Formats: sequence, structure tokens, C-alpha cells
Amino acid sequence: MSAGSIERPWQRWAIRIGVFIAMLILVLPGAWVVLTAFRPNIEVLARPAVWIPQNLTLHNFLGIFGRLDTQQGLPVANYFINSMVISVTSTVVAIAVGMMGGYAFARYRFRGKAALFLGFMLSRTVPGVALSLPLFILWSRLGLIDTSVGLIIVYMAVNIPFTIWLTDGFFRQIPVDLSEAAQIDGCTRWQAFWKVEFPLARSGLASAAIFAFLTSWNEYALASQLTRTTASKTMPVGLMDFTAQFTVDWTGMSAMAVLIIVPALVLTFIVQKHLIAGLTFGGVKG
Amino acid sequence: MNFLRLPRATPYLLLLPAIVVILGVVLVPLVVSFWTSFTPYNLTKPATLFQFVGLRNYERLLGNADFWWAFGRTILFITIALNLEMVLGLGLALLINKVTWGQRTLRTIMMFPMMFSPILVGFQFKYLFNDAVGLVNNALFDLGIIQQPIPWLVDGSLAPLTIILAEVWMSTSVFAILLLAGLMALPKEPIEAAKVDGCNPWQVFRHITLPFLMPFVYIAMTIRSLDVARAYDMVRIMTNGGPAGRTELLWTLMTRTGYNNSQMGMANAMGYVSILTSILFTYYFYRKLVSARAFMGGAQ
Repeated sequence: MSAGSIERPWQRWAIRIGVFIAMLILVLPGAWVVLTAFRPNIEVLARPAVWIPQNLTLHNFLGIFGRLDTQQGLPVANYFINSMVISVTSTVVAIAVGMMGGYAFARYRFRGKAALFLGFMLSRTVPGVALSLPLFILWSRLGLIDTSVGLIIVYMAVNIPFTIWLTDGFFRQIPVDLSEAAQIDGCTRWQAFWKVEFPLARSGLASAAIFAFLTSWNEYALASQLTRTTASKTMPVGLMDFTAQFTVDWTGMSAMAVLIIVPALVLTFIVQKHLIAGLTFGGVKG
Repeated sequence: MNFLRLPRATPYLLLLPAIVVILGVVLVPLVVSFWTSFTPYNLTKPATLFQFVGLRNYERLLGNADFWWAFGRTILFITIALNLEMVLGLGLALLINKVTWGQRTLRTIMMFPMMFSPILVGFQFKYLFNDAVGLVNNALFDLGIIQQPIPWLVDGSLAPLTIILAEVWMSTSVFAILLLAGLMALPKEPIEAAKVDGCNPWQVFRHITLPFLMPFVYIAMTIRSLDVARAYDMVRIMTNGGPAGRTELLWTLMTRTGYNNSQMGMANAMGYVSILTSILFTYYFYRKLVSARAFMGGAQ
């Protein structure tokens, strides 16, 4: 209740109903796709519509992994591994590199600081689709098209500016006195950072890492142009394999959608508290 | 080499890896793209990369009706989507703020759409609004509201509407979560004082709550303007610019020109227009954020 206002029963009910409808709208689309992933194709295509699932099955998952004789399997296992390798590697590197940058911005005064910061932020505003055109030209000359390394490098660059922005905010929240005190007690600057400031910034780094991971894991525009085959195709690009000119394999796509959303969901729920803090404080106190 | 040992070299050394990566993956490609936009570069004819034609691509773009339609549609799309998201996000935040039970759970549910890949949101809405098997048509049909299936994504005026719906579903949460954080940080004293002075709830909202929330609105706007181009993924899977170009945005037109028609020079010219548009949007909201912060007398 806000600021001690007295609510009448009808107001309380109006709020409850409003919240219920809002939550339904937020959950239903995703839940429906998840449900479809476990339903047989006949039931999904049935007319009139079957609302209450009659039987649930893992058939669709077996199908997309090529474990059924009736269906041509797609290399979904390859896509999943590619996605994991590319997202994790680019996240780890982007966090390490971005953290160094964020620390520099939070703790040092130097020439061209404001311009550099602006430069990093501007680099993030370039839409992925627009960047994909010249990257496609360059990467094909460098032989980086359709390689995991090519995509990892690109995602590093996509994630570094936002990591710098977030970690800059987090390091600034840690009082400089702590590191100075440690240095007076005989720590080197590096030890002061590693033993005092780094542990304090850990929750901030966790949220930055989740953002970086989700960005890479969910990215489509760049990946769709820079990957070609099972050597580097990621899950979002693989999802498009299911759409032919006039037919769409709804249950197969739903199964694949579940595989894309589950890792993102699990990771986000683990660190959701930090996530909100990261979004808010990075900006307000930045 | 001595400079590197000086204390004042430390920040530059710390920033060096980040600078190198951004130079290599963003700046150099942008230079290439800039150069390409002045050539008739065609993927099937590599030699055309070194043929300078001046502003020809830009001149042709400015005289091209398809481009202007796509450009106008993109601006309209961004404007409608951001405003709707802001209003709905504010409503949702105010609603959740009133709730006394299970606020944490509700906040978790609210974050749900943020985890979805845009391509997944596109697929999801393509499925929900499919004319034959979609949840929406099935429900309307079984409730007796419609007799014929509504071709949501095939109809020229319904398709843009459906895409805006998908976009709003995907991004309203960003606003709601940030504004809710703002509401929770709202100081209680000014509100109490205003009530004592006889302000009605609307006046309290208009003159105290809203001004306090403005920096949060601008943070959300700035964050959102960074990735409005994610809508490309959604449109790509939902309609790919169709029906008859009615959902063609700058981004879909660009990839069609570049990759399908191999006209890289022209596509890069469009790319530059889209980059400048994005930068302008972000810059505008960032300025607003800075001035709102200064107005608040907040941190730095």
C-alpha cells in the first residue's frame, strides 16, 4: 500500500484483478509455446481446437535430435554446443576486458576520459544488422565466416561497452578509502584490487555477466549472416531451419524454443536480485 | 617504453584491450562500410569495391520511395512502441507497487519476457496469431466471436499491429522493472507533506511521483534505444517485411538489398542512415537523462 492510503475493498479487488490479467499476458505466450513442445502434432493442428492436452510426449524433442526414423533430424545438438561455447567464451572475455575498462573509468583521471567513455557507448548504439554488412565483407576476406572464433570476437565487442558501463557504476559505489587503507597496510595496488575491491564488486560483475551471456545467447541478426553451417550456427539461427516457404513445423520449433529459453531462464533466476540492481544503479549513479 | 611504466599510463593500459577490440570489430568495419557506401560494390563483382561513385548511392536512396516508406515506418514503429511500453510499464509498476503480497514473485514473473530472444518472441507471436492453428484465432472462434479466421499476419493493416504487440510484450518489462525500482526508492516525506497540504492523489502523482520517476524513465529509454534494432529479428521471422512490404522496416530492407540482391554499396548507405538514427535516439534520451539527474540534484 502506498503512503498509508486507505483502500476500499473494491479497490483492492480491482488491483488484484489487474495484476492477475497483467501476469497472465506476460506468462501465457511463453507457457503456450512450452506446452506445444510437449504435445503431439495432430493435437496442435486439430480442428476444432483441443484446449486441454490429451497426452504429453517427448516425441518432438526426440524428433529434433534425429532420434526418430520418421523424421529427418536437424543438427540441433551441434547448434546447442556452438551456442554454449560461443556465449560462454565471449562472456568470460568481455567481462575480463570490460572490468579492466570499468575500473579505469571509475578510479583514474586521465586525458580524454569523457571522450573515450562516449566512444564506447556510441559503439554500442550501432545496430547489429547495420554492422553485419561490413563485418560480412571483412570476415569473408579474413576467413572468419562460419567459424566460432569469428562470432566470439564479434560478441566480445558487442558486450564490452555495456560491461564497462555497469562495472564503472559498481566500482564507483565502493569507497576509495578501502583500497587506500589496504595499500597503507602494505598491499600493492593489484592486491588491494584483487582482495578488497573485486570481492565487493562481485554481484555487479555477476549481473554484467548475465547480460553479456543473454545478449550472445539470444543474438540473431549478426549470427544469421556470419554463420553458414553446423560448424558455427547458433540456436537462434537454427530456429529458422524449421520455416520453409509455406510450411512451419510448429511442434518442432516449440521444442527448439524450449531448448533456447531454459538455459536463459535458469541463469536469470539464479542471479535475478543482482540483475535489477545492476540495471538500476548502473544508470542512476553512473 | 618509459611511458608505460609511469603511473599515468595505467588507465590507458587497462583500457587498451577494450579499445583494440572495439577498433577491430566496430570502428574498422564502420570505415569499410562508409567507404563501401560510396561504391557500387556488388558481392558478385568484387572489383566494384574500388570504384568510387561519390554520393550516387545516397542520391538514389533519397529518391527511392521504398526507402522513404521503410524509413518513415521505422520511425513510426519506434515512436509508437517506446511510448506504449513507457505508459504500460508505468501502469504495471504502479500496480505492482500497490500489491502487498508476493511482490518478489511478481517481479520475477515480470522479468520473464526479458530473457526471451527476439527471434523467439517473433516465433511465439507468429504461432499465437497464426490464422489456422493460433491460440488467438482458436479462442475467438470457440467463443463464437468470429466465424472466419482472422489473417493477422497476412492482412496489410493487421500485420504491423501484431508486430507492435509482440514488441510491446517483449520490452514493457524493461520499463516496468526500472520504474518499480524508482517507485521503491521514492521518499515518503514529500508525499505525506503534500497530502497534509490537501493535494489529491492525481496532484501527488503529477507533481511529486512523476518528476521523481523521470530519470528512471530516461534510463529505460536510453537502454531501450540501444537495442530497438532487435525488432529486426522479430520482423524477420514473423513477416520478413510482408505482406506486400507493409511491415518493411529500414533493417529488413537493408539486409534484403545487401545479402539477397548483393548490392552491398547501397545496403551500407542504408546502414549509415540506420546507425545515425540510432545514435540520435540514444543521444537524445541520454541528454534528457543527464538533465533530469541534474534537476534531481542526485549523484554527480
